[in-house]
Amino acid sequence: MKAVCWMGKKKMEVQRVNDPKILNPRDCIVRITSTAICGSDLHLYDGYIPTMEKGDILGHEFMGEVVEIGPQVKKLKVGDRVVVPFTISCGGCFHCSRQQWSCCDNTNPNARLAEVLYGHSGAALYGYSHMMGGYAGGQAQYARVPFADVGPIKIESNIDDDKVLFLSDIFPTGFMAAENCNIEPGRSVVAVWGCGPVGQFAIRSAFLLGAAKVIAIDSVPERLRMAEEAGAYVLNDDDGDIQERLNLLTGGRGPDACIDGVGMEAHGSVYDSVKQKLKLENDHPYALRQAMRAVRTGGTLSVPGVYSGFIDKVPFGAAFGKGVTIRQGQTHTQRYLRPLLDLIENGKIDPSFVITHRVPLSKAPEAYETFCNKEDGCIKVVLDPNA
Amino acid sequence: MASRKGLAPSKIVVPGNKGVKISRAVTIRKPADALYAFWRDLENLSLVIKHPVTIRNLSDIESHWSVSAPPGDRRVEWDALIINDEKDKLIAWRSREDSEINNAGSVRFEPAPGGDATEVTVTLEYQPPGGKLGALLAKLSGEEAGQQVGDALRRLKALMEVGEIPTTDGQPVGEPQRKKNQ
Ligand SMILES: NC(=O)c1ccc[n+]([C@@H]2O[C@H](COP(=O)([O-])OP(=O)(O)OC[C@H]3O[C@@H](n4cnc5c(N)ncnc54)[C@H](O)[C@@H]3O)[C@@H](O)[C@H]2O)c1
Ligand SMILES: [Zn+2]
Ligand SMILES: [Zn+2]
Repeated sequence: MKAVCWMGKKKMEVQRVNDPKILNPRDCIVRITSTAICGSDLHLYDGYIPTMEKGDILGHEFMGEVVEIGPQVKKLKVGDRVVVPFTISCGGCFHCSRQQWSCCDNTNPNARLAEVLYGHSGAALYGYSHMMGGYAGGQAQYARVPFADVGPIKIESNIDDDKVLFLSDIFPTGFMAAENCNIEPGRSVVAVWGCGPVGQFAIRSAFLLGAAKVIAIDSVPERLRMAEEAGAYVLNDDDGDIQERLNLLTGGRGPDACIDGVGMEAHGSVYDSVKQKLKLENDHPYALRQAMRAVRTGGTLSVPGVYSGFIDKVPFGAAFGKGVTIRQGQTHTQRYLRPLLDLIENGKIDPSFVITHRVPLSKAPEAYETFCNKEDGCIKVVLDPNA
Repeated sequence: MASRKGLAPSKIVVPGNKGVKISRAVTIRKPADALYAFWRDLENLSLVIKHPVTIRNLSDIESHWSVSAPPGDRRVEWDALIINDEKDKLIAWRSREDSEINNAGSVRFEPAPGGDATEVTVTLEYQPPGGKLGALLAKLSGEEAGQQVGDALRRLKALMEVGEIPTTDGQPVGEPQRKKNQ
């Protein structure tokens, strides 16, 4: 089959590789019909995630048709149409039993690597470094899906791929980011840093959860425009002090909740760029710092943006001094599949709004570049594995 | 289960501080009796020890162990004796005297707070023998051996909690790894 392989920093390659096989009794094989590039993949592309190896197959936002099942798969059948969540979870550990799917104990064969860096390992993810399990990803024609009865959600209707594909990651991620904000319907003001796909879904989810006002921050005009279309008040990061403008928009209180939907590659400070280049700091917490200072006293900071290592000059005193609640982590994707599919099927939201580019899988390397450089108005790329 | 009388005599196999000592713990969502039963049939352990190992039960308290070790794939073998056995709580063993690698160990099963899981704690001690092999084994530092034990416990946890051990061995991969793997 064809698959997108990581070949080093800023180097992707479409290769012919073996088709995946069932390796464990609870696996299934999915023939992929749609797959996407995520902002998280850019952290790999830019070389910020440790324990990648040349030849690793990328991709964690995919859906398709079940073509083979392992002997212990009970619920899924060959022919079922499924969306696969990017978090690989066992369904039987302490965390899975509490719906903390991204904290699963039993899916990372390389937990030892993650323990060195993090003390303990969370769930494995598709196509996201050896430390996170080393599983081949879904920017390919087929994928092996472990714990087939635990993760994938079956799509019974003949709704388009485009509308349900993002259940795999960014819609649940944006939704969990908003849910973590403790929104009081009709009262809460939520500020969202980053108007990439995650930010876009966070904005829409905050409204779905009843936010009185959503303020979106970015510096890319078409992304701000897309946020505006959702009803957000937008601030261009290039137009002056964010804190001051947020205060003016909130009667001096500051937002009740701030979402860092940017993560470790935020632009903004030379200090961090230099340190990141010198490998003195792996992450770039510019948005996080702003959000920590801007959030109101007793407010909430919700962090869906990915951080992978160490960060400097975090104004923890600001968070402490204001009694801020911090909530973060990889998304507990499985928790949101059913409720969000219901929202989609009931016409409450159509996630396909975010797609700007459709590209054959064979053109994935170019698509990474376009997406990374935010050229050509690119916000979200969907790859066609059959082209 | 072995009666207390039938147990081999306990004996210090790794004297003083000459040996390498490792302790690792894991919490498994299974009752102690199920975990104890799995472990008490020592041959089961070859399912969770990642390093290729053959374990054969010789009697209720004796087992034969064989692992491959560098250099080359030479095999190191020993007989182990169960020296302490408390049903659903504890199993302790040691190698027979004059083994190539003197070693001893124990596993404890204790209920975790909350009542739906068991804390499993393994302690291993071994004395690298003298000679060339000893030097090599000493290189296999306590840390590395500790990781092996940690891996085995994690694999045991997965096997007991969800019936399979996570793996990526045999999945597709691009060049240059593909060549390396073949
Ligand atoms: N928690 C999870 O499980 C999870 C899941 C998916 C994605 N993510 C993470 O979410 C983040 C966003 O993902 P995405 O797909 O939207 O990526 P993206 O790269 O398309 O979007 C990031 C946006 O942030 C903007 N930005 C950069 N610096 C900024 C700053 N200082 N202030 C305001 N905006 C700034 C960029 O212009 C861009 O529009 C990434 O870190 C990604 O890894 C996390
Ligand atoms: Zn993602
Ligand atoms: Zn789990």
